Amino acid sequence: MSSELQTSERNMPKQMSDEQAGNQPFIVPPVDVFEDESGITLLADLPGVSRDRLGVRVDGESLLLEATASTAQPENMQLIYGEAQYPSYRRQFTLSRELDASRIEASLKDGVLKLAIPKLEEAKPRRIDVRVG
Amino acid sequence: MNATFRPAGDLFSELNRLQSVLDQLFRPAERSSIRALTGASFPVINVGTTPDTIEVMALAPGLDPAGLQLSIDRGLLVISGERKSELPEMGDNISVYAQERFAGNFRRVVSLPDEADPGKVDATYRDGILRITVAKRESSRPRRIEVS
Repeated sequence: MSSELQTSERNMPKQMSDEQAGNQPFIVPPVDVFEDESGITLLADLPGVSRDRLGVRVDGESLLLEATASTAQPENMQLIYGEAQYPSYRRQFTLSRELDASRIEASLKDGVLKLAIPKLEEAKPRRIDVRVG
Repeated sequence: MNATFRPAGDLFSELNRLQSVLDQLFRPAERSSIRALTGASFPVINVGTTPDTIEVMALAPGLDPAGLQLSIDRGLLVISGERKSELPEMGDNISVYAQERFAGNFRRVVSLPDEADPGKVDATYRDGILRITVAKRESSRPRRIEVS
């Protein structure tokens, strides 16, 4: 996964140029990814992101998460100590062929995005009976 | 700085060593608060001021507000709690590919400036951001002095 991420970051200026985001720096959000029989579940930390500021796009085998956090701070606030600086998040993954990208379910709660990516029916594990003949 | 690279065998300790070398390189040169030293931390915190308030924003996604503790004691604002791992129990058919999100107990301390009024604190939790607003004392607010 890490090599795919590096590629996507290297291609970034080209991909970002058609968006208003420009060359703004972004945070690569931390994720948990696990797989069970029904599919893959991905959890991503996106604090400050509401539903209308989140984009989950699937293009072929690529899954792109893009989000902008609302700064949620008063206009006249002066920052005196800042650990979090860029309000945008971006991370890209490559899906594999046995996943059904058309049935991805996404939910966002308290700044955590949960994606359920099901497997295609034919790709689900089956028990193969062995006949004794 | 010790620059030798011992051959594999213990890749992770090599990576940890590299991390500490980088931490050293990027250690802030200017004077910083004794409680604001860099280190692995959850949640990430921003602090700002407005003429009337001190704003502390903690980026703490996926928390149960009931399990979050906030306290102010002698000018120290303490944010603590626990974030449970959402990964399923390890079973026969479960593979975990990435585990980057923080899980476990956390505690962060922010030292508030003298003008903070610990009696007037307001905290909200929305979209994974905990926002704490501490009012400044009336006497410390900027005011105009009329010249008669």
